[in-house]
Amino acid sequence: MSKLTKTDVLHIAKLAKLELTNKEIDKFTSQLSSIVEFVGELSKVDTKDVEPTSQSTGLEDVYRADEVKGEISLTQEEAISGTDETYNGYFKVKAILEGRTDK
Amino acid sequence: MDKIPLTVKDTQKGLQEKTFSATELVDSYLARIERGKDLNSFITICDDEAYKKAKEIDNLIASGGKEVFNKYPLIGATIGFKDLFLTKGIRTTAASKVLESYIPSYSATSVLRMENAGGITLGKTNCDAWAHGASGENSDFGPTKNPWNKEFVPGGSSSGSAASVAAGLTLVATGTDTGGSIRQPANFCGVVGLKPTYGVVPRYGIIAMASSLDSVGSFGRTVSDVETIFNVTKGEDGHDSTVKDTELLKPKAKMRIGIPKEYFVGGTDEEIVKNVMEVSKVFEKQGIELKEISLPHTKYAISVYYIVQPAEVSSNLGRYDGIRYGNSRNSFGAEAKRRIMLGTYVLSAGYYDAYYLKAQKVRSRLNADFENAFKEVDAILAPVSPTPAFKLGEKSEDPLKMYLADIFTAPANLAGIPGIAIPSGFTKSKLPLGFQLLGPRFSEPILFELGKLYEESVGYKPEVAKI
Repeated sequence: MSKLTKTDVLHIAKLAKLELTNKEIDKFTSQLSSIVEFVGELSKVDTKDVEPTSQSTGLEDVYRADEVKGEISLTQEEAISGTDETYNGYFKVKAILEGRTDK
Repeated sequence: MDKIPLTVKDTQKGLQEKTFSATELVDSYLARIERGKDLNSFITICDDEAYKKAKEIDNLIASGGKEVFNKYPLIGATIGFKDLFLTKGIRTTAASKVLESYIPSYSATSVLRMENAGGITLGKTNCDAWAHGASGENSDFGPTKNPWNKEFVPGGSSSGSAASVAAGLTLVATGTDTGGSIRQPANFCGVVGLKPTYGVVPRYGIIAMASSLDSVGSFGRTVSDVETIFNVTKGEDGHDSTVKDTELLKPKAKMRIGIPKEYFVGGTDEEIVKNVMEVSKVFEKQGIELKEISLPHTKYAISVYYIVQPAEVSSNLGRYDGIRYGNSRNSFGAEAKRRIMLGTYVLSAGYYDAYYLKAQKVRSRLNADFENAFKEVDAILAPVSPTPAFKLGEKSEDPLKMYLADIFTAPANLAGIPGIAIPSGFTKSKLPLGFQLLGPRFSEPILFELGKLYEESVGYKPEVAKI
């Protein structure tokens, strides 16, 4: 099967929101290529009329009552306790829209 | 205390007969952890919490008498939780720099259940970061060493848990098994490791690796100890919707064990083949019928696993944005990045059908192999790994070589079936040997029965590595 190119690696990194160094790009290009080449052996297996398996329990549509349970809910304070970057009890995030690019 | 008790039963006997108190037990274990520091098997030690719990237990025994030993099946058992298990108020890192200062606001179901059963949390054990690895070397907190020979890996990903039990730094420990991460380190360290049926022990509060494969289990020195932990931790919790209370299969009076021929060919180490064959003879002597079986798709297990698992990894690690907790995505180590990239690739437009969908279909064929086998046999006996423990650094530069170490363990995760790794001696160079028993879904009681039968037949006595 196909080998990965540097362009592929940069594209995947962008999709996965990972910033890679030049060294990492080279390393991953060769390592991912050999892994992908290896797992490509599956194309040899006859899977005509075989249904895909996504999980092993066989369970479908598990429901629970739609109610708030105080004892298993986090307080607002607990929920934001993992960061110092808060504002008025909310998480502070970076702006995702910075200026218009269409003008 | 001169000697630590080696089983839950001996621990409770000592407490009941007042040979030692729970506080003295904690003293001994903390001293041993200090002495075994060079193994690097713990990331965080919680002495304050451990002493507090020990004191509660000592008071409980003083006031409650014998009854408390029936009420609390893990009373006095010291536990090392793999650092993937959330522990409220105690740092939980997944052995990754991303979570190096993360303090959870709640505990995992299994942590609560084990603590409520009288267990004493000693600390959080080292592992491959995010449970990615078969050697412990992918930890961002440094590799754990094999207590039987410090030049060798303890196996992974639950490296610190297995090493801690083997070296007597804790009585029991927990782990997660996504492609072998309990059974393989148990095997490399000479302890018992249980990977339960998928969907029997809740995953709630455990940092997710690959959600259709992750299984929550434990390490101990005897089959009976992991059985006790299994009974304490199993069952619906109202959080993990894949867990449904189901009646477990019972052992039959006459049982048959299958030996899969595909596990004994080619690359499997000769000492391992010989050892597992000897184990089969032990069962045969006890009146268990042996039958050669075939699991023809075994050779494709690694390829299926290294498509399905990274795909799910890339999705699960997508949540680490460094905003709500933890550090930014730049803190991911090399192996996590590699798996995120691989998973993103096999799921990306144009490649989904060729890789992910194809792997899901071959997964069906692998599972059908097991279904067919279990029509004929009650359990399967097999090696856990093609080799005994390998040297630190031996495979760390070649990810594909490392991935191949999962060949005999990953199939059980893909099929969602239970497996137990049991020690069965040592190699000529004094590294642990062992075997695994696999059974159909919900067959844990059969695996426990067979495991105990083996231990009794060979007069198994747990050994602790010198520290």
